[in-house]
Formats: sequence, structure tokens, C-alpha cells
Amino acid sequence: MARKVSTSRRVAMSAVAWLVALLIFFPILWMFLTSFKTEADAYAVPPKFLFFHWTTENYVEVQSRVDYVLHAINSIVLAVGANIFGLILAIPAAWSMAFSPTKRTKDLLMWMLSTKMMPGAGVFMAIYFIYLRAHLLDSRWGIGFLLMMVNLPIIVWMLYTYFKEIPVDILEAARMDGASLRNEIIYVLTPMAVPGIASTMLLSVILSWNEAFWTLNLANVNAAPLTNMIASFSSPEGDFWALLSAASVLAIAPILIIGWFSQKQLVRGLTFGAVK
Amino acid sequence: MATRQTAAAARMLVAPSVILLFLWMIVPLAMTIYFSMLNYNLLEPDTARFIGLQNYIDFVDDPDFIGALINTLIIVAAVLVISVVGGIFVALLMDQPIYGQSVVRVLVIAPFFVMPTVSALIWKNMLMNPVSGLFAWIATLFGLTPVDWFTNYPMLSVILIVAWQWLPFASLILLTALQSLDEEQKEAATLDGAKAVSYFFYIVVPHMARAITVVVLIETIFLLNVFAEIRVTTNGGPSTTNIPFHVFELAVNNNDVGGAAAGGIVAVVLANIVAVFLVRMIGKNLES
Repeated sequence: MARKVSTSRRVAMSAVAWLVALLIFFPILWMFLTSFKTEADAYAVPPKFLFFHWTTENYVEVQSRVDYVLHAINSIVLAVGANIFGLILAIPAAWSMAFSPTKRTKDLLMWMLSTKMMPGAGVFMAIYFIYLRAHLLDSRWGIGFLLMMVNLPIIVWMLYTYFKEIPVDILEAARMDGASLRNEIIYVLTPMAVPGIASTMLLSVILSWNEAFWTLNLANVNAAPLTNMIASFSSPEGDFWALLSAASVLAIAPILIIGWFSQKQLVRGLTFGAVK
Repeated sequence: MATRQTAAAARMLVAPSVILLFLWMIVPLAMTIYFSMLNYNLLEPDTARFIGLQNYIDFVDDPDFIGALINTLIIVAAVLVISVVGGIFVALLMDQPIYGQSVVRVLVIAPFFVMPTVSALIWKNMLMNPVSGLFAWIATLFGLTPVDWFTNYPMLSVILIVAWQWLPFASLILLTALQSLDEEQKEAATLDGAKAVSYFFYIVVPHMARAITVVVLIETIFLLNVFAEIRVTTNGGPSTTNIPFHVFELAVNNNDVGGAAAGGIVAVVLANIVAVFLVRMIGKNLES
């Protein structure tokens, strides 16, 4: 920062900022600490902050009590699967809209955006009915398809804003050299577009991973991701806070890490390029 | 610039996404509209018959629906106010020349990445529990009676949880907007000795107006759909059931296809009111 401010002012500002940041972050920190406690310590009054008997047994217990591995695999399969199929559909679409725009491209983009506004509750009955009849309830293909459709508009949009920034001259040059459409995409566009595609993937994985309307309603056992595993703690028996915390840490850790790396892209993706 | 051949190819490339999205939108919507005019219970599928707008009349007459509508609007409004006002404050703070700014940023944004079921259950149990929860302990430190959050203030509890998830989003977007404010302008304002308050209202707020609008519109879209947080904490009840939850109850618990469909259409109408503004705004941005 180029602004000149007195050191004392800077220290005071920093203190306030850190305090606020820690307050906002605190529930996550608390969950992390609790995940290493015994249940007795987790319920202790006054609460134990650091001086308790540290244990990792909750992390072992998560597997035997709620089958973490199954749910984690489902989360990964659903998020990655929805992502890959989404990209296969979206990359060609975004490419053509960015480089060969027609009169209708803008309307098309706006229309895609408007499908994202469709509330889950609005189409829930129909989807539930179709899935019930087609035996797609609680199936990975069924849920994965939904997650893909829910995120497709965001993926197309985000790719579009990235592709828009690629200089057209380079593509023209490739075309002059006789590159076919296919080669143009594979050898010229893709390498330049990889950073944009990567950011789009990250955002799409985050959104799919945390999606909880469709997964809670349509998945039960076989296709249930981590959101459902955590929801099973809503009516538990006995003491369960330490266990819930360990399960929660395991459920959010991967996405927290991915998320921290993709903050900037998050702004762009979730605002459809309106704020960069 | 595009030749006829590439234009045709381009259309082929867009087609799969467009067709799928079109089907994804039109098929369920058409079905929902159709169902919404039937008296149709999943358990007695043979008795389904056309009843016109009766489901809508029932739905609107149903005190649960009015309650759900009000609850939906309360959640949207309250979370918007908390996250936008709080977000402006946090963004301004993070934009100051502070030590360890990148770490502060990481801490602030973290809750946004936490899945809704996790945030809801961690807050409900470990923070808001009236006996062993952390808030209860803090209250007793100050000699106050611990609050039994979910028993006495279920709606407020849900709002706090959802606001905690969306405050980081607002902060991050507003910070991004703030950082694009000209550094020289900020400096000039300091050198002029412009009072912090007038600087805020005459320079910062107009500059952020657009970003604030975007935050409001996007959050509204998501907040109209709050579901998981209610499902795992209160599991409904008159004081926290919103439209999505009400639709879910009608469909899954009551097997009332017609009623749920009518509720769904109401949700679509609500979302569209917001969507019109959002789409128009982003469209303007596309032109510039």
C-alpha cells in the first residue's frame, strides 16, 4: 500500500482487523479444536480452549460411525463428474460465443444466466417425480447430472469471460497458417485458456461440493455426499460434538483449501463477471 | 470475420449446452405447471384429476403458506442487511494498510466455503446450546442468563447462521470493488484532510454502489432458496419454514404433488422478480 499512515494508526487498524477476522473465523477454529477433544471435554463448562486431553480417536470413529469414506467418495465423484461433463459441454459453447459471436450471442448468454435463477423449489416436484419414476433417486448419475445442470450456466459464463480476454489476433494467425477448427482449439486456444479453465473448475467443484438442496432431498445412501453425512448428525443420540467436529473438519478441509486458492476467481464467477 | 463455415460450426458447439439447459428449464417447469392444476397424491396416483387453480387457492389460503412467505422474506431481508452492512465494514477494514492483510482475507472468507449442513450444526450445538454452548458460557461470564437460541428465537438463530455464511461473500466482493478505487484518489482524500465520514459517503459509497447492487441481487437469489440450514436445525416448524422447505414438506412428507407444484410456481415467480433486475444489470455490463 502506497498510502502513508502513522505506525500507531496502522497498528491500531491492524488490531481491529485481526480481531474482526478472528471473530468471523472463530466457529471454524472452535470446530477444529473440538475435533481433538474427548466428548466429555467437548461439553465441559467452562469450555476448554487448549488445555485438554488431545486425541485423534474421533477421526477414527467417524469412519465406523458414519462411513466417512463412502460419503467422501460420493462427494468427489459427484463434484468431479459434474465438473468434467460440465466442462465438456461448456468449453465449446463458451469458445464459440467468445470468438464467433452472432447477433444472438448476448441474448443467449443472458438466457443461460436466467436459468440459474430458477429456484430448486420451483422445479423440485417435477424432478422428484421424474427421478422417482426413472429410479434415479439416490443414484450418482442422477445427482451428478443435476449438479452439472445447476452449475452449467456459471461454468459457461466464467469461461466466456476468460476466453473473451484471449487476443483474437493469435487465433487469426493460426487460421492463416491453415490450422483446422479442431487444431485451433487443441493447440492454440487450450494452452492459453488453461488458467481460466482451471479457475472455473475450482469454483464449480466448490459449488457442487457444498450443494445441499438436491443432495439432501434426492440422495439417501448410495449417492449421499458429505453434506448428507453431516446432516445425519441433526438427530443424533448421546454426546456427539467431538465426533461431529471431526466429521465436519474432514468434510470441509478439501474445499477450504481449494477455496483459499481461488478467492479472486470466486468473485468473478459468482458475479458473472460484473465485479472483477 | 467468421466465415459461413465457422459460423455453422460455432452454432454446433453452442447447441448441446443450449439444448440441455432449455430442456432442464422447460420440461420441469411445464410439468410443474401441469401438476399444479391436478389433485394428485403420490400414494393414490389413480385418483389424480384436473382441478384448475384450486391448488393455488388452497396454497394461498393456507396459513402455513403465508407464514412460509413471510419467513422467506424475513430471512432474505435480515441476512441482506447484516451481510451488506457488515460486509462494507469488513471490506473497509481490510482495505486499510494493515499487517498480514492476506491472512486476514483468508480468515474472513473461510466461512463461505463451509458447507451449509456443517455451519448449521456447529452453530446450533457448540455455540448456541443453552447449557454447554460457548455463547451460554460467555453470557454467564457477564452475569447474564444464557439464551436458549433455538427454543426461544429459532428464526433469529437461523438468520445468524445464514448471515455468517454470506457475510464473507459480501466482504470479498465489496473489497474487490474497493481495491479498484483509485489509489491516488484515496491518497488525495487523506491529504485534503477530508473528513472520514464525507469521504465515505461521497467517494466510497458511490464507487461501491454497483458492487453492492450485485451482492444484493445474487445473495437474494441464493437466500430465497435457503433449505439445508432449516432442515438440520429446526426441521421446519411455523417460525422457520420458508417456501422451499414448505414445498419440500408438501412433496416428500405429504406426497401432495399438486400442492408442492403450486408452491414451486410461487417460488419461481418470486425468484423472477429479482432475476429481472439482476439480468438487466449484468446485461448492461456485457455491453461496456
